[in-house]
Amino acid sequence: MVEAGSRPERLLYSAASGEQRQKPKGGDEAEEGADSGEGSQKMAKKGEELKEEMDSLMDEIDSVLEENAEEFVKNYVQRGGQ
Amino acid sequence: MAIPTVMGTEIEFGIIVKNDPDFDPISSCVLLVNAYQEDPEGRILWDYDQENPLADARGFQVDGEKYTPNHQENLARNKTLLNGARYYVDHAHPEYSCPEVTNARDLVIHEKAGERVAEISRREATALLPEGAVMLLHKNNSDRKGNSYGCHENYLMDRRTSFKRIVEQLLPFFVTRQIFCGAGKVGSENRGQSCDFQLSQRADFFETEVALDTMVKRPIINTRDEPHADRDRYRRLHVIVGDSNMSEYSIYLRNGVTALILAMIEDGAIDRDLTLRDPVRAIKEVSRDPSMSHLLSLDRGKKRTALEIQQDYLEMALAYAAKNDLDPVARDVIERWQYVMQGLASDPMGLHREIDWVAKKRLIENFMGRKKLDWDAPQVHMLDLQYHDSRPDKGLYYMLERQGEVERIVSDEEINEAIHTPPSDTRAFFRGECLRRYPGQVFGVNWDSISFGVGDEPIKRVMMSEPLKGTRAHVQDLLDRSKTASELLVNMGS
Repeated sequence: MVEAGSRPERLLYSAASGEQRQKPKGGDEAEEGADSGEGSQKMAKKGEELKEEMDSLMDEIDSVLEENAEEFVKNYVQRGGQ
Repeated sequence: MAIPTVMGTEIEFGIIVKNDPDFDPISSCVLLVNAYQEDPEGRILWDYDQENPLADARGFQVDGEKYTPNHQENLARNKTLLNGARYYVDHAHPEYSCPEVTNARDLVIHEKAGERVAEISRREATALLPEGAVMLLHKNNSDRKGNSYGCHENYLMDRRTSFKRIVEQLLPFFVTRQIFCGAGKVGSENRGQSCDFQLSQRADFFETEVALDTMVKRPIINTRDEPHADRDRYRRLHVIVGDSNMSEYSIYLRNGVTALILAMIEDGAIDRDLTLRDPVRAIKEVSRDPSMSHLLSLDRGKKRTALEIQQDYLEMALAYAAKNDLDPVARDVIERWQYVMQGLASDPMGLHREIDWVAKKRLIENFMGRKKLDWDAPQVHMLDLQYHDSRPDKGLYYMLERQGEVERIVSDEEINEAIHTPPSDTRAFFRGECLRRYPGQVFGVNWDSISFGVGDEPIKRVMMSEPLKGTRAHVQDLLDRSKTASELLVNMGS
């Protein structure tokens, strides 16, 4: 028999399934109280969170984005397929 | 009653070797596919005898030369995997054809397993390259210089359903479904009207409504009539209009909703006429309309947005679901489709956790804002490309996934298991299990056959013309009783 999975796969896609960070869906909660002072505070907090989230994403992009983008994009030529 | 769902996808990856002035795509593909050593003993041929890509669903045979490689070439270009998939060299691209599955959830698992197979072999192949050279793969559909390669979906259909009806009822659906399964693209190509960003990778490449071609003058509906199954009972709808999606949600809806619409066509449940005046033009218009407001011209003078046309299909699907006994995955597909349709109607950009083109557009726009870039900037084009990069540490889609920024449909455990394990409820189970249990005794494979070569015995081919036979329920006992392929053949005869 061929032993399936005998080669170790070290593919780190996510931290681990099940432990994936679930961000709350934006919207509903903040919108409901949008007119009250408390609501706008919540909105501001929400906005702050979103900004932080985006900042951390952008920082990571900075660290992984191909350095010589111009040359890479120029040289990226494929043969036509199906 | 519609036949049960059987489907699969074929993904062609973009391939390039960085820091190699002599890069040749075909030899790189051969290196890549052979670097995947799941079964070092395996010398298994792809069985081309059964193939006929020149048969046209409209009922004729097209002239042309059928490709049959010699023995050496065949071995070098084809790998059949323990999970029942085929990993091979197609023209100048590596291609992963996932095993046959019966529902959209399993489809996501196996398409994602294919991404990982490609990445595992990319690493192994890179290790064989001269120092400094790095092979890269992209699960995308264009180099944005006018060259496209596909993500093809396959759906088993009842041969009795008229092909004319399939074409008529499917065209408006295919033109508009990109609103939830477009993978997004910066700019235009292939003489398409210029734009900053569009929903689909592929829309620019469709030049006709219905045809057999897949590489030039691509049709929205492809007529290849090669069922890889009993051709008196089945046809295989070969769909070439889709994008290579990264988002699990988009993959799930792309295949799940399409399978549902096909079942409805078989059952005569499409009762609204949504015929578009010019589908080829419309598919490009929809792709250039992230605001979801563009009106498309219908055949009888009416005008509808892509969203309204999809809404029509959704309403017909809800009526169909109310009258028919659908499986839980199909019901879940409808629910999520409904959720996405509501989002697209109220705030399309709010679907950045679900829909590929939205996730990509949001990422790029935020980056542009931060760096004060415009749509022509090379970094912007790089972001588009790198979204599809197969490397978990560099690919931007995987970065979003790692940061918990996208909705998942399946788990990493399920995907990793599927790298070496076939689905249990289609003939892929028999294919994969034979490869695992009888290494060195399988001579050749095709989707609908497997042949065994034992010692000096003549080659024996077992036909698998029923995609839903050869499941675990059917053959587990037979396989357990058969310690060798010879015993298997004897036991099958008894």
